[in-house]
Amino acid sequence: MRRLKSILINLELIIVCIVVLLPISWIVLSSFNKGKGLATSSLIPKELTIENYIRLFEETNYELWFSNTMTIAIFNAITSVILIMITAWVMSRFNFKGKKASLLTILILSMFPSFLSMTAIYTLFTTLGIIGEPMSLILVYSSGAIPYNVWLVKGYLDGIPKSIDEAAYMDGSGKFRTFFSIIIPMSKPIITYCAVSQFMMPWMDYILPNLILTGDKNKTLAVGIYSMISDQESTNFTMFAAGAVIVAVPITILYLVFQKYLVEGISAGASKE
Amino acid sequence: MKRRWISLISSIFVWGSGQFFACRQKIKGLMFFLVQLVVVFVEISTGYWIEYMQGLIPKFRIGTYGGFFSKGIWGFVTLGTSPGIRGDHSTSLLINGIIVILILMLVIFVYVWNLIDAYKSGLEIERTGKYISSKDYWKKLYQKSFAYIVLTPIGVLIVFFVLMPIIFSVLTAFTNYNRNNLPPANLVDWVGFENFTKLFRVPIWSSTFFKVFKWTVIWTLCATFSTYFFGMLQAVLLNSKYVRFKKVYRGIMILPWAIPQMISLLVFKNMLNGQFGPINQLLLDIGIINERIPFLTDPMIAKITVILVNLWLGFPMFMIMIQGCLSNIDNSLYESAAMDGANGWQSFRKITLPLVLRATGPLLIMNLAGNFNGFGAVFFLTDGGPSNATMQFAGETDILISWIYKMTLDHQMYDMAAVMCIILFVFIGSVSLWNFKRTRAFKEVTE
Repeated sequence: MRRLKSILINLELIIVCIVVLLPISWIVLSSFNKGKGLATSSLIPKELTIENYIRLFEETNYELWFSNTMTIAIFNAITSVILIMITAWVMSRFNFKGKKASLLTILILSMFPSFLSMTAIYTLFTTLGIIGEPMSLILVYSSGAIPYNVWLVKGYLDGIPKSIDEAAYMDGSGKFRTFFSIIIPMSKPIITYCAVSQFMMPWMDYILPNLILTGDKNKTLAVGIYSMISDQESTNFTMFAAGAVIVAVPITILYLVFQKYLVEGISAGASKE
Repeated sequence: MKRRWISLISSIFVWGSGQFFACRQKIKGLMFFLVQLVVVFVEISTGYWIEYMQGLIPKFRIGTYGGFFSKGIWGFVTLGTSPGIRGDHSTSLLINGIIVILILMLVIFVYVWNLIDAYKSGLEIERTGKYISSKDYWKKLYQKSFAYIVLTPIGVLIVFFVLMPIIFSVLTAFTNYNRNNLPPANLVDWVGFENFTKLFRVPIWSSTFFKVFKWTVIWTLCATFSTYFFGMLQAVLLNSKYVRFKKVYRGIMILPWAIPQMISLLVFKNMLNGQFGPINQLLLDIGIINERIPFLTDPMIAKITVILVNLWLGFPMFMIMIQGCLSNIDNSLYESAAMDGANGWQSFRKITLPLVLRATGPLLIMNLAGNFNGFGAVFFLTDGGPSNATMQFAGETDILISWIYKMTLDHQMYDMAAVMCIILFVFIGSVSLWNFKRTRAFKEVTE
């Protein structure tokens, strides 16, 4: 009975692992597959080559897409963290008229899926003349990140005893100095969460960059990769596979490295009691 | 007459004059006056009011000759009156109008502040008989309004890039902004609630809406609960004492969570491709099937595929979360249950399940809301397809949000898309708010 149980449990886990690994190994193998289209990409390729990777860099603007995405990701992480931290700090530590109202307002705003306002953003950016610029994407991402994350970070900061910053004020430390020397170092985990999740944004997001950025050279990776297989037959499939692997590997590693912070961040957003 | 009334009345007409003359707060008075000056200057310098006064413009039209503010409001109200490329551009007018109205609200706020301040300063002097210098006032103001000063730039950012687009979307629902009325060639008009009645009265719209809505709800429930319970199963199994190499299993199963979702979805889209996909090829070669399975092109099979692929993507997150919960459960609970003769299933049902549900409840609801808007799975896998001729701009697997996306980007039915946005927002907003109301963060703010 015990043996049977043990075998069944392990069998289930092994099957799940195989199902998980199947698409992953297929795409990795496909990226080394000789041949171009999807039709030639059987589960186990007959011949291996690195040609797809070479083609990727020679025939497409992959490097440009990569550096565009990286730039947007880095700037987005930095601006978002600054904006979120300052707002959350003020909301957590200072009392002012309208605080409750503004917190509730941003809460409701955070529930409006950001891409539903894309027509307006498109028209607005055309009016402002910044359509097509990567900067405009950073603006949308970082201001869009404020509402939800402010609530998250505020909850975290509320957990840091106020007596610590009061002691600093007693020693004559100014408001911003207290913020930088006490609040910031104490909120490293939540800052890591915000920074990593904002850094990921442009790597995954397809809709906004597809709408806002124009021209092949301004594309982000998500848009560029998608364009490779948008036709039904996927004739550039193996090249897509190579591109996908190059994006997925660093992002996956980043996720696994920061796993602890990401999990904490997600559960902090939904903590009861 | 009392000083406070003199101060107030003069500030009504010339901003800050009460503070300046009646209360001797020169700098503060000047600041208020400056705001008024800027508003008037902007309006006059961007418009042609002076020429109009001089009688130089015979046919006066605010849309052409008005200043920044008057033109903005005019544009907002009329959405333009002269059609054509060289005429009025309705959507730009709408955006400008919203911006002007937001700025005007700020101006009105400063104006009211100016009035209240004029009255209060007068009162203060009457009471104490002393004049307060502007310098002291600013000092006090900085101490008191530190939060406002820091938050203002951030607020401006939110107003422009989050709030304004939302207002625009909401207002679009009350216009006829669609492919039959595209600016700049045509004008857009306000139509009131016409689009809303259209959604329920015009058969093709209402039947599509209810069909899509039904599938959205089914999809949301299936997607959420399948990932939740499968994740729980894996977490419980991994926790079992029969399993060795837990770290290896966990390390593998966590991968779908870590890999960028869009990439995984595109990989699946190709893997399950009905004509060229390797899965079909494999099944054919082994001899399990005789003809290829239309994973993504048959209405029913496509729906199942979308849910199953989502299961692959989504279960690891819950697995990780529930593993965290399990490690927090006190082991003595299980021990005493075993002493009372409970078997494994019973102790799972009576101890594990309630504790895990309690701890992950809010997360589950957040996930429900997220899947309701789960654009990725549908868009990247099936693009809403297979198509269905009886549905207005929607395919069989389209959920509300992907339908909205199609209406906006492929068919330019901005007005109807906006109506749907509002419905979606009301739905999601109320569920999320109800959920959020029970979290600690929320209670701290409202109590």
